[in-house]
Amino acid sequence: MAEEVQILVTCDKDVVTARQQGRTAARAAGFSESEATLVATAISELARNIVSYAQRGTVTVARLNGHRGTAGLKIVASDAGPGIADVVQALRDGYSSSGGLGLGLPGVRRLMDEFDIASVPGSGTTVTVTKWLK
Amino acid sequence: MQVPILKQGHVLIATIQAALTDADLLELRSGLVQQVVRYRSSGVIVDVTAMDVMDSFASRTLLEISRMIRLRGADTVIVGIQPEVAFAMVQLGVTLEDIPTALDLEEGLAYLQQTSRSIN
Amino acid sequence: MAREKQALASTASGKGRLVDLPRGEPRAELHRELVGHLRQNRTQLREEWVARIGEARLLQAMTQEEIFAEATSVYDSYVAALETGTLDDLTAYARNLSERIIPRGVETHEVVGIVLLLRDVLARSLFAKYQADFEKLNRILDAYEPAANRIANTVAVGFVQERERVIRQQQEAIRELSTPVLQVRERLLILPIIGVIDPMRARQLTEQLLRGIRENRAKVVVIDITGVAAMDATVANHLVQTVEASRLLGATVIVTGLSPEIAQTLVTIGVDLGKMNTVGDLQGGIEQAERLLGYKVELG
Repeated sequence: MAEEVQILVTCDKDVVTARQQGRTAARAAGFSESEATLVATAISELARNIVSYAQRGTVTVARLNGHRGTAGLKIVASDAGPGIADVVQALRDGYSSSGGLGLGLPGVRRLMDEFDIASVPGSGTTVTVTKWLK
Repeated sequence: MQVPILKQGHVLIATIQAALTDADLLELRSGLVQQVVRYRSSGVIVDVTAMDVMDSFASRTLLEISRMIRLRGADTVIVGIQPEVAFAMVQLGVTLEDIPTALDLEEGLAYLQQTSRSIN
Repeated sequence: MAREKQALASTASGKGRLVDLPRGEPRAELHRELVGHLRQNRTQLREEWVARIGEARLLQAMTQEEIFAEATSVYDSYVAALETGTLDDLTAYARNLSERIIPRGVETHEVVGIVLLLRDVLARSLFAKYQADFEKLNRILDAYEPAANRIANTVAVGFVQERERVIRQQQEAIRELSTPVLQVRERLLILPIIGVIDPMRARQLTEQLLRGIRENRAKVVVIDITGVAAMDATVANHLVQTVEASRLLGATVIVTGLSPEIAQTLVTIGVDLGKMNTVGDLQGGIEQAERLLGYKVELG
């Protein structure tokens, strides 16, 4: 099993590919069906953000070996799009499923164990999320 | 990828497969509304048993479908949400608000029958 | 080349290729010779290996026939990995092998032991063959050693991960046994929660309940928290999520045994208690559930 897989995301079909690959990687790393669904859902949100706001980017799924030998999965969603002007606002809960506003980032953070975001307006955005096997 | 829509009496049943793209969902939205009008259906069941992930776009679209169909005087029921998917949905924060949900097709049909009975 | 595409996370060689051949002899030639030698002497080397396994008293949980059969598969996978330069097949095989032998009681040190023994047996045979040409021996070993070590690592890690997976599964099963979801009537489930709940247990309860709703086709669930002393915001959130997730599966949730303290916690995290179906005690909750389901309620 490859330790890392990278998916180029440019359209909605790629969003599906990315989340399917994510699910496969999560299962291979030892996560349960339920946890794999959390991972796939997070990837779906992140990949869609890329398509919606940056038109093009990559999603990388990599296996991790943490301290004390626990395994984990790291997902990096990266694009060279317009970037997020107000990251603090984007991370504020209040994301509504019907409103259609927001990037769903608070939700993605809840789905995973670790969450990191770096965004520079005009340069692009990189979201890094990690899940550890318990 | 076309989502198959079957007609069973006054009810339309749309069965979603896995690997559904955003475009497919939007196609389903317009397709269902068209068919509800064409057959004057009183109820729509969207079976998501095979859906492996329900993210914000999917839930938003299902909400839109439900609202558009309500404008035509029909009810929508979402059936077959898997336990793992339901769990992920509540973590993500998508709730499908007030759309009725049922365990499976059988329950969904029972629900629609009950609803139409109580109206008549 | 398949080798080129492989992205190995291990940085041992730093190049991501399994077989890295030095200058001098044309690489393909040296590589072919190495693999050829291992193939030609397959029978003899495999026998030697099985003998060494016996001497080291490894795999005692298995019969001679089984050891021989597995040894054959491992040997062939090993050589194939050396030949193709990719670890995918070997990793898959290692996992497969682990699934078979773990229930038999084979332990980590045994698996690591036998793979190292194979590495030694093959290395010795290379010494024997090329002892006359010291320089060539060195080149062959330069090609063989890093690859052999990577392979040993892959098999060992595969085994350990499979073992951990099995342990996790067993732990999960034990946790499940200690928190039953009870079916008391058709379409009605009761989940009595007792004691201290941490976020991990809360999550596990939710998953169990949702699976139970599906399996029992429950339409009403009564979650009784009479036995829960206190609940922090995180766990209270889990309770709310459980109610919401149950609804997505078409089930109505009734929460019983809500203490004033917990009610306060729920209000603090923004729950509208008016929207949540709550009843004072478990008995009352079951009665309401039966009413919802259309059962006649006996007045006692």
